[in-house]
Amino acid sequence: MKFELAGAPHQPPAASVGGVMRQVLYALVPAVVAHVWFFGYGILFQIALAVAFAVGLEAAMLKLRDRPIRLFLSDYSAVVTGVLFALCMPPLAPWWIAAIGMLFAIVIAKHLYGGLGYNLFNPAMVGFAAVIIAFPLELSQWVLPRSLSPGLPGLLETAQAIFTGHLPAKLNWDAVTGATPLDELRTGVRENLLVTEIRNAPIFGDFGGRGWEWIANFYALGGIYLLWKRVISWHVPVAVLATTIIVSAPLWLLGPDTNPSPLQHIFSGALVLGAFFIATDPVSGCSTLRGKLLFGAGVAILTLVIRRWGGYPDGVAFAILLMNMTAPLVDRLTRPRTYGHGNSSSGS
Amino acid sequence: MDDLLPGDRIHGFPGGLKLEHHKAVACERPVARPPMPERLFIQVVQHQGESGRIVVEPGEWVAKGQALTAAGDDFIVPEHTPSSGTIEAITDHPAAFPPGGTQQAIVLVPDGRDEWTERNPLSDWRNASGTAIVDHLHRAGMAGLGGAMFPTAAKLRGDWPGIHSVILNGAECEPWIACDEMLMRERPRDVIEGGLILARAAGAERVVIAIEDRMGAVEAKLREARRELDAERNVRIRKVFTVYPEGGERQIIQALTGREVPHDGLPQDLGVIVHNVGTAATARDAVVEGRPLIERIVTVTGPGIAEPRNLLALVGTPFNHLVETAGGYRGEVTRLILGGPMSGTALASDEIPVTKGSNCVLALTDNETAPTQPTLPCINCGECVRVCPARLLPQTLFRLIEAENYDAAADYDLPDCIECGCCAAVCPSHIPLVDYYKHGKDELTRRRLDRRRAALAKRRYEAREERLRREKEERQARRKEREEKLKRPEEAQDEIQAAIERAKRNKKT
Repeated sequence: MKFELAGAPHQPPAASVGGVMRQVLYALVPAVVAHVWFFGYGILFQIALAVAFAVGLEAAMLKLRDRPIRLFLSDYSAVVTGVLFALCMPPLAPWWIAAIGMLFAIVIAKHLYGGLGYNLFNPAMVGFAAVIIAFPLELSQWVLPRSLSPGLPGLLETAQAIFTGHLPAKLNWDAVTGATPLDELRTGVRENLLVTEIRNAPIFGDFGGRGWEWIANFYALGGIYLLWKRVISWHVPVAVLATTIIVSAPLWLLGPDTNPSPLQHIFSGALVLGAFFIATDPVSGCSTLRGKLLFGAGVAILTLVIRRWGGYPDGVAFAILLMNMTAPLVDRLTRPRTYGHGNSSSGS
Repeated sequence: MDDLLPGDRIHGFPGGLKLEHHKAVACERPVARPPMPERLFIQVVQHQGESGRIVVEPGEWVAKGQALTAAGDDFIVPEHTPSSGTIEAITDHPAAFPPGGTQQAIVLVPDGRDEWTERNPLSDWRNASGTAIVDHLHRAGMAGLGGAMFPTAAKLRGDWPGIHSVILNGAECEPWIACDEMLMRERPRDVIEGGLILARAAGAERVVIAIEDRMGAVEAKLREARRELDAERNVRIRKVFTVYPEGGERQIIQALTGREVPHDGLPQDLGVIVHNVGTAATARDAVVEGRPLIERIVTVTGPGIAEPRNLLALVGTPFNHLVETAGGYRGEVTRLILGGPMSGTALASDEIPVTKGSNCVLALTDNETAPTQPTLPCINCGECVRVCPARLLPQTLFRLIEAENYDAAADYDLPDCIECGCCAAVCPSHIPLVDYYKHGKDELTRRRLDRRRAALAKRRYEAREERLRREKEERQARRKEREEKLKRPEEAQDEIQAAIERAKRNKKT
């Protein structure tokens, strides 16, 4: 009898890229549900738009680059990019924001760099950085959380707002939208208000913003699911969260009036999302274990620096992009010692 | 050097994988001997090294245990007749290495009488010198039974100062393979006695038998045998964690000693020598009974085998004969593997014969087989980094080899890869990483040879240039001398006179 020749190992693979990406999507479901509860249907439209543009552009680029379309679409990486981008969008952001964001994410950040596996920067964050720089106004209009809103926009009203830019007469923009908690904090500090005073505003909850902090909890829940499923390792999220606490705690203890508490930092903005879902992006991150720790610590420090001194209220996206640049170097510098090479315990 | 001896404490090793064992299925029946096959195909080379001179001819009748090839230095290991019979031919026959290729084999038609040649045991081995034992093992055709088939004598010989322990490797970490487990269950005494013989040969005072922590029954058997042999003082039995690839030589040493074999060194540098438990039992047979290495236990198993079991097979038995003895194939077998699923070799044909290193024949059907296509690009997930027991950066090595940047791959310690396959097993992009590393290593070897050849050619060229230059200088010096002479009138006159006379003489004759 004749048999096929192939290299070892011979057993079926334990994981696939598509499987890993699908796990990431499952892990985001609780946070999306919470998002809908607190901020209405907007996020569902944003996800649908971003995923549609992402997959469309991915297919177009694969065709242009003469790559197998079905194979690469089944890796779900474009879907993940779209969803992560959408989770950073204001719920009522106009539809063309997603189109422009995905143009930068999929076409420029991903395929012009060589496609899956070759992108230097996290595509979703490139898309986000592009739109927040180009359209700061559109991206600052956040829906007020359920408890503060005169009434969350319904499905039709949400669709109308996203596709036409107008809300029905009975709702007006100023009533249903406002600045994000991080924006409030930033403006307040600029006006020399004390952090404790700023936090009296109704938009703040126990730690971060109302609604926001709950969504952060659900991101963490999803992150723990990914840790349990071994899709991500603990190194990056632990480094991000621990560094955030270690750096912000002394400042807060020394000056609680001018510095937000560590928990407020963690539960605000995209920090938890970034720690578990974006800074853990393998392609644009580090692959050595020590490198992952450094990468996470860098993301946390840069986020705090940008939140404190930068031009944008939240710094997670820019922090991750900046650390993406350093990842190849960090990997090289944190290379582990190979078995049998220059250690003291090998004798002779 | 610290004072810790192998097994004082069980250490871990980095990386590795916890795999499903699949071993029990082949252990339900005792080890059995298959019926005598019609023909045996004894490969002329069954070890790392070169073939000995063939000392038999087609048509000749040979007795069981008679040498077929002559022993040479330690890397020329002799082969012996597995059963009495007639040599039919010496020909090329399908072999596991090179993949899909053939090797020279002696074809023997057994006569069924199984008649032994004269046996020469080394009965008084406890008082024999180490060299005498090593020589005896070499004449018995001993090469490692763990799979790598390294000549046993070459491992034992050498003036290694301070070899204190012989480690018997019974940690059979690959899934499915169970020949060592069955051997230790059925012949624990012979394993221990063989270990003592190997220790005597190496000048070591101690034997450390390493088994997996799931082998409880084996441990009990070994302990009992050790008591019977009154060898409690110098034989240790240690259980190591069942993590693939802890049965690798470097990993078992690390697990038992916490120390690493230097990358440019050998286990002997740490005062230890590692042998497979099967090698130990066979060494005992060779020394105590005078039986050369002509048979071994082979696990015939897998989802594609009807009745998986362990068989005591004669060297040269075609694998299809073993499969038949194990009830034949079951289902659509797509891949036949020599060794385990993690690092075994796919066989092109089941006519390939058993050699000294054949520990397992594994038949996989389509469902349990890794797809050969398609692969996705590396997404740098780092799973391979996490599981690499050599602490390499597999994804970096892959990218460097893919870019044909072999020198950089060497800087990232490609030669230290043990090809265990952990990285490829966890790769979500299904990249055949081990194939890349093998290719990269071959390329590095080829380049080293090329460089050596180039250096030789350069030296030859420079020597020739030097010689031509010297000859030219000498010619110039001679001409200059003549010219100098011609410049002085009286000498020139003499020269001219001498030339004229020479011409005259030539005319006359």
